[in-house]
Amino acid sequence: MKILVGVKRVVDAYVRVRVNSDGTGVDLTNAKMAINPFCEIAVEEAIRLKEAGAADEVIAVSIGPQAAQEQLRTALALGSDRGILVETEEEVKPLAVAKILKTIIEKEGIDLVILGKLSIDSDNNQVGQMLAALCNYPQGTFACKAELQDGKIAVTREIDGGEQTVQLDLPAIVTTDLRLNEPRYASLPNIMKAKKKPIDSTTPAELGVDITSKVKTLSVAPPPERTAGVKVESVEELVNKLKTEAKVI
Amino acid sequence: MTILVIAEHDNSSLKPATLNTVTAASEIDGDIDILVAGSGCQAVADAAAQIAGVQKVILADHTCYEHQIAESMAPLIAELGKSYSHILAAATTGGKNFLPRAAALLDVDQISDIIEVKSADTFVRPIYAGNALATVQTEDAIKVITVRTTAFAEAEQGGSASVEASDFVAEQTMATFIEEQLSESERPELTAAKVIISGGRGMQNGENFVLLEKVADKLGAAIGASRAAVDAGFVPNDYQVGQTGKIVAPELYIAVGISGAIQHLAGMKDSKVIVAINKDEEAPIFQVADYGLVADLFKVLPELEQAL
Repeated sequence: MKILVGVKRVVDAYVRVRVNSDGTGVDLTNAKMAINPFCEIAVEEAIRLKEAGAADEVIAVSIGPQAAQEQLRTALALGSDRGILVETEEEVKPLAVAKILKTIIEKEGIDLVILGKLSIDSDNNQVGQMLAALCNYPQGTFACKAELQDGKIAVTREIDGGEQTVQLDLPAIVTTDLRLNEPRYASLPNIMKAKKKPIDSTTPAELGVDITSKVKTLSVAPPPERTAGVKVESVEELVNKLKTEAKVI
Repeated sequence: MTILVIAEHDNSSLKPATLNTVTAASEIDGDIDILVAGSGCQAVADAAAQIAGVQKVILADHTCYEHQIAESMAPLIAELGKSYSHILAAATTGGKNFLPRAAALLDVDQISDIIEVKSADTFVRPIYAGNALATVQTEDAIKVITVRTTAFAEAEQGGSASVEASDFVAEQTMATFIEEQLSESERPELTAAKVIISGGRGMQNGENFVLLEKVADKLGAAIGASRAAVDAGFVPNDYQVGQTGKIVAPELYIAVGISGAIQHLAGMKDSKVIVAINKDEEAPIFQVADYGLVADLFKVLPELEQAL
C-alpha cells in the first residue's frame, strides 16, 4: 500500500503574527517557519502504518516555494520514503491544491491520502474534502482514530456533539484532528539519512493544473483589540459587578 | 439572487446554527431557500418553513441522507445548488465536512467561516486563528460559503414558506456510517449557550470539573475546557473551546484555571463579558478579561456557587 501525505510550510504555531503595514497580509519577515501541525500528525500516522507493516511506501508532497524543501526534509527525517515538491511562489487556493494532489494520486497509484484538516495560516479546512470529491473517494475528516481492517479503513471523527465512526473503502482521504496521535521528533541519525532521500521537483504547470483562483484577498486587518478590564478582590465583588455593572447574570 | 441554506439538524429538530446561517444569507439580499436533507425529517422541514424570510424549503428525505454523510450530501447540494447564486452552511463539523466536497463538484472555491457580509460577493473571514481578518472577494458564479454562527444573530420566527420534496437520491457504498457516540448532557450546547464556564489545566483532574458543574447548574451554563484540559484527558474533546475546538461567543464566559493560550483565545474572545479566575497574576487570560480574580480556584468555585 502506498500512502501520500501532504506537508504545508506555514509560520510556526508559536509565532505571534501581525498584519503588515500596508494591510495586504501578515508580516512574515524572518518569521520561523515549520510544518503545519496538522500535517505533522498526518506524517506520523502514515509512518505508524508503515511501521506496522500495513504500508510499503510513504510519499510526502508539498506545494509551495522552494524553501518548502525544508519541510519535506523534516517529513523524510520523520520516516517518509521520498518527497515531491510542487514548486510555486503563488498562493495556491484549496481547489487548486486538490487538483494538483489528484494528478499525483493518479500518477503514483495511491491507496490512502492523509492530510491535515486545515493549515494554521489560511484556516480553510477544505483540501481533503475537495480532493475526495475530485477523485470520487470517500472521506474521513477530523480523524481522532484510524484503523485499517480488511481492505477498508474505519475512521473515528471528532464532531460537534461527540464522535462519529465511518467505514471507508480504499482508496480514501483522511484528514487529521489534533488527537489522532502525538508526532515524534526526528532523531539526528534520521535527519542525516533524510538528506540522501530523493525529492522530485515539479510545478503546477508541468502537472497541467491552472492555479488561478476567482477568490481575491482585498485587504487584511488586525482584529478588534480587547482590553484588559478590572481586577476584583473577592467573589462577592465579582458577583456584584456581574449583576449590576455587566448585567449578565 | 437566490440563496440556498443547508439546514443543520438531527432528523427530529432544527439546530439553532441554521438560524444564524439564515441571518447571514439575509444580509446578502436575495431569495432564501432552505435544504433539509435527512431521513424521516418532515418535522425539521416544517420548523424551517417557519423561519422569517425563507421562501421555500426543499425536503430531501431519504435513508441515504440519514447521517448527512458527505459522500451523499455533496452530490445533492451540487445538483440543487446549480440554480443558485449562493450556497451557505454553518461552519459546524457538519458543514465543514460536506460543503467543500460540494464546492469541488461545482468546480468553485469555498469561502470558509465568514464573520461579515460586505456585499453579495465580498466577505470578511478570520485567518491565522483570528489574529487577522481578511476581506475576500469572489467572482465565482456560485458562491459557496460556510458561516461562523457566533458572528450572526438568530433569524426570527414568523415565516410561512412552502415545503417541496426533492426526489434526488445520492446512494453510495464507499462510505458507511458505523456509529455515533454523542455526549449526553442536560446542559445547553456550547455553541448555543448564553453562559459558559470553562476549566483548564488548573483544574488538575477530571473529577474536579464537578466544581464547575455546580456553578454551571446555578447559572444554566454550558461547560467548556481548554485544549490543555482535553489533552490531559480531564474531559472529552467536544468540550474544547478554541481555534481547533468550538468557537463560542456567549453573553458571559468564565475561564477557570485557564492560562489563555492564543489557541484558546481564538475560540472565545468575542464573548460579551469575560471573567478570568486564575492564581497566576501574569496569566495572559487577564489581558482579555473584563473581570479578573487572582485566586485559588479550589477556594473560589465553592464560594461562587454559594454566592449565586
